[in-house]
Amino acid sequence: MGAYTVNGNNYEHDEEGYILDVNNWNLDLAKVIANDEGLDMSDEHWEVINFLREYYNEYQIAPAVRVLVKAIKKKFGPEKGSNKYLYELFPYGPAKQACKIAGLPKPTGCV
Amino acid sequence: MAEYQFDTEGVKKTFTFMNRKAPYGTVYALEVLETVLISAAFEQHANIVFADDGVYQLKSGHDTTEINMKNFSPTFGIIEMEKEDADEDDDIDMVWRIIVEKESMEARGLTEDDFKVEVEVLSAAELAELIDSSDCVISG
Repeated sequence: MGAYTVNGNNYEHDEEGYILDVNNWNLDLAKVIANDEGLDMSDEHWEVINFLREYYNEYQIAPAVRVLVKAIKKKFGPEKGSNKYLYELFPYGPAKQACKIAGLPKPTGCV
Repeated sequence: MAEYQFDTEGVKKTFTFMNRKAPYGTVYALEVLETVLISAAFEQHANIVFADDGVYQLKSGHDTTEINMKNFSPTFGIIEMEKEDADEDDDIDMVWRIIVEKESMEARGLTEDDFKVEVEVLSAAELAELIDSSDCVISG
């Protein structure tokens, strides 16, 4: 267990870096987590992060990867609707890495 | 060394998921819900059935603040979304039905209007036939 320190505030996270309280999320914190993940965030990255946050807000659970792929395709066009595209953005996996930056709990399912 | 080969291409079965327990107090409801969501990845037919105290899982207006548990009621919206997707998209060969047992619903003074998703209401006898015709029944 540890904490991210952003703008003088502490945000507790678990041993894998997922923040403990989804309500504490903010953009500056997300940038710090992304930096820890070694990611150079582009608009395309943020599209995925924003989608994840909206989805979680509505359904209280992180989407399965196939749902994420389908939704991104619908929203941002067919060239972005593939596993390959998402893995290019988030090399360690869209669900794991993107969820962490979006402040969501670690996905429980394996899909 | 044994070698296993799985050829599941085109295999389509009907799964019936039985929800019989109240939403909180035990982990059954949430576990079945997660199983249903995972099964969507395999594009199988699914009957998601609510009977006995399980009908309370679908009731609108859950408030879990006093019992300090996460309200997973909004997650049922995903089932509805998957169902609509499958109904609209010809490429997805997957039939999902959300079913409430009539007797259980009426015994608890509930009507279809009390639920947060659209449901089909079947009698116990009709439900028995449905279970009998399913390839696989998962109960919780």
